[in-house]
Formats: sequence, structure tokens, C-alpha cells
Amino acid sequence: MNVKGETLLQVENLEKAFGKNKVLRGITTEIHKGEVVVIIGPSGSGKSTFLRSLNLLEKPTGGKIRFEGTDITDPKVNIDIHRQKIGMVFQHFNLFPHKTILENITLAPVTLGKLSPEEANSRAKELLERVGLLEKANTYPEQLSGGQKQRIAIVRALAMDPDVLLFDEPTSALDPEMVGEVLDLMKELAKDGMTMVVVTHEMGFAREVGTRVLFVDEGVIKEENAPKQFFAEPKDPRLQEFLRKVL
Amino acid sequence: MEGFTKVYGALLASNSFADRFYQNFIEDNRWLTLLNGLKVTVIVTLEALLIGIIIGFIVAIIRSYHDKTGKFKILNVICKIYLTIIRGTPSMIQILIMYLVVFGSSSLNSIIIGGIAFGINSGAYVAEIVRSGIMSIPEGQTEAGRSLGLSYAQTMRLIIMPQAFKNVLPALVNEMIVLIKETAIIGYIGEQDLTKAAMIIQSRTFDALMPLVAAAVIYLALISLLTFFMNKLERRLRTNER
Repeated sequence: MNVKGETLLQVENLEKAFGKNKVLRGITTEIHKGEVVVIIGPSGSGKSTFLRSLNLLEKPTGGKIRFEGTDITDPKVNIDIHRQKIGMVFQHFNLFPHKTILENITLAPVTLGKLSPEEANSRAKELLERVGLLEKANTYPEQLSGGQKQRIAIVRALAMDPDVLLFDEPTSALDPEMVGEVLDLMKELAKDGMTMVVVTHEMGFAREVGTRVLFVDEGVIKEENAPKQFFAEPKDPRLQEFLRKVL
Repeated sequence: MEGFTKVYGALLASNSFADRFYQNFIEDNRWLTLLNGLKVTVIVTLEALLIGIIIGFIVAIIRSYHDKTGKFKILNVICKIYLTIIRGTPSMIQILIMYLVVFGSSSLNSIIIGGIAFGINSGAYVAEIVRSGIMSIPEGQTEAGRSLGLSYAQTMRLIIMPQAFKNVLPALVNEMIVLIKETAIIGYIGEQDLTKAAMIIQSRTFDALMPLVAAAVIYLALISLLTFFMNKLERRLRTNER
């Protein structure tokens, strides 16, 4: 990448321990506007913990995270305000089962006073139209397939108009035939310039859409590179071994 | 058969069903005693229900907030002591202490004292019911709410509580039923509730069966009515989801 956008997230020596178990052992990286950063690594490597630290769902036990210039690890900072700008998509969708699809999408922007109920409704319908699920607006999550649920979860995050979207293994809980529709939507978002950080096992996605791929293992970034070099000439022996297994 | 007819006939002659009914409910407007008793039972139950639900939700939220974040240490300890004492002692003793000791020197109406005592008692059970409801909601729901920028309180109110409430409604109804019946001991602090009213009639007419059965039937009707409406509410909340 030659032209880098402004720095959105700046991670400095990030550490996270659960009791004596050190999951993150000092991660330093930057995420720039417009980047699609794909994080891969073996299970238990800390990649999900790292992602979840970026919006403080996991509280770091060391290091700093700056989001748009603010150190969000500072306890005096109101994280809720910054989370409005950091969307997140979960492995298990986590849609609100007691709300309709439309309500799922409008709940946060309306509650937080970002949009009036009318504005939120029309914005939600616009987004639903875009992902081809407008006719589901008044149904409940229970009635949707896994792929549809995940697309709605993405729409719900988009409705807050975030500056960056975090994806925590967004396709891992899906039936194989539904993976495509979710990845397609993510590709589209990437094409539109959305900044994304994606933890995934989809190597195809990493290769095709990623602007940078990180290999996280044993709580550190062992290797990072543009996807082409990353997959063609891995240097770290652990990464070489990992790629041999998954490719 | 002959013997039976003899005995039964004698009973009927001396004290026919109609006579007994008249004596126990019509004479001296004794049905009014039951009606007033029912009023007391309903008022005390409603008071206790309101107090119990308020206490219960507050305690449940404090306890689950503490479990999740480790904050509110002292409040959590207070809540735990409250739960231990209230659930570990008979409500009979609690209501007597409330009447004779806590409000011993006050002129407060015993309906109010009773309502407070039953409310504090019920709150402990409601608290644990609601807490179990909060715990039954997957962590991902909280995470989804918080990741959108909602505060803890907003997430609780808009996402966790509505789902938790639905899950615990049957248990809450159970607690309400227990509460209605438990108010029968308010007679011990001099209040004339439905049970006490039946005993008063019995002491006048020396007939225990009629007034006690009447009281029992009224309790049953009250609880059946409550169950009916709560089942309806439950069904409505359920169908909402699919």
C-alpha cells in the first residue's frame, strides 16, 4: 500500500491477561482509514481477544489503544461514545430476539439520539434494500437463516455509521452454503472504502479483499504483510506451518 | 342405608344446608365480613407485590452488576445479608417483628405494616428469580448492545430485561401466588383478612366448614383469575418472537 489514509486505530504494546494466562503479549500496530486488515492465526492465539480489545469488550491489562487520537484505554474516557464509531459483528450474530429486524437496526441510533425514529427507519430500509432483505423488516430474527442473520447484524452495525467495522469470525457459525452471501457483502463494503478489521479463517477472503494480513500467534503479531507476499513467501516458521495446514 | 338416612335426615332437620348457609353468610350481613376480608387480602397483596418487585429488581440488578464488573462491593454484601436473613427465617416471625418491634411504637395501620413486611419478604424471592433471568440471557446480547455504544443501563433496560422478564414470568407468577396465600398470616397482627374473616364467622356460628370452605373458594378464584391473565400475557410475549 502506497497511499495510507489517516490513522484510525493505533495499538501500542497491547497486553491482556486472564489471571495468570497471558493472552496478548504486546501487540503494536496501526489501522488506517480504508484498510481491510485480516487477522489469522491458530485457535487460542489471541486473535479474537485482540479484536475485542479494540472496542474494549476486553479490557487490556497493559498498553494503549488510540482511536481517532483519543486513548480509549484511559479509564476517564467514556468508551460508549467511541464505541458508536466502532461497529462490531459477532460470530453468533447476537441479534436481539425480542425485536423485529427493523427495530434491531434502529434501536441504537434512536436510543443514542443519532437519528430521529423516522430517519432511522428510512435509513434502515435503505440498508435492508441494499442487502436484499427489505421484505424481512417486520419479522423476528428467529425466522431468518444464519446468513440472513449475519447480514442483518452487519446492517445493524452500519446503521450507526461507524468509522471502522470489527468482524469476529463472521462466517464461522454459518452453514457452508451461507458463507458466500456474507463474504460478498463484506467485499462490497470493502470496495466502498469501509475500514475493516476481520478475524477469519477464510483465506480466500484474506487474499482477495485484505489490504494487509496479520498472523497472530502466542499473543503477538508474528508476521504481517500484503496478502500476496503473505501467502506466497511466509517467513515465520509458525506461519509456514499454519498455512500448510489450512491451505 | 336406613341408618344413614336417619342420621343425615336428623342433621338436615336440625341444620339444613340452607339454614347453615343463611346463618354463616346472610344473617347479620356476615358475607360483608368475608368481602371486607377479601379487600384486606387484595390490598396487602398489591402493596407487597409492588414493594417486592421494586426491591427484587434493584437487588437483582445490583447483584448481577457486581457479578459482572466486581463493583458495588458493599451494596452486594448488604443484598446478600438481606437475602440470607429473609429467606432463612419464617415470614411469620418477620411480620411479628415488623409489627411488634420495628413499628411497635408507631400508630401505623397494620395493613400498611403487613404490606411492608410481606413486600420485604417477597422481594428476596423476586430478586433471585430476576437474577436467574438476567443470567439466562447470553453474554453476547450485552456485548452486542455495548458494542453499538449503548450504556450498561440502556443495554439492561432495552435488551436484557425484556428478555429476562419473559423467561422468568412463570416463576414470578408462582411467587405472586405464594404471596397471596401467605398474607393469610396477617391475622396475627390484628388485621381482618379473608382467612381471619372466616374464623370470625366461625366463632359466631360455631360452624367451621362453611366459612372456611367459602374462604378457600375465594382464594382459589382469585388465584385462578391471576393465573388466567398471566398465561395470556405469557402467550402474548411468546408469540411476539415468531
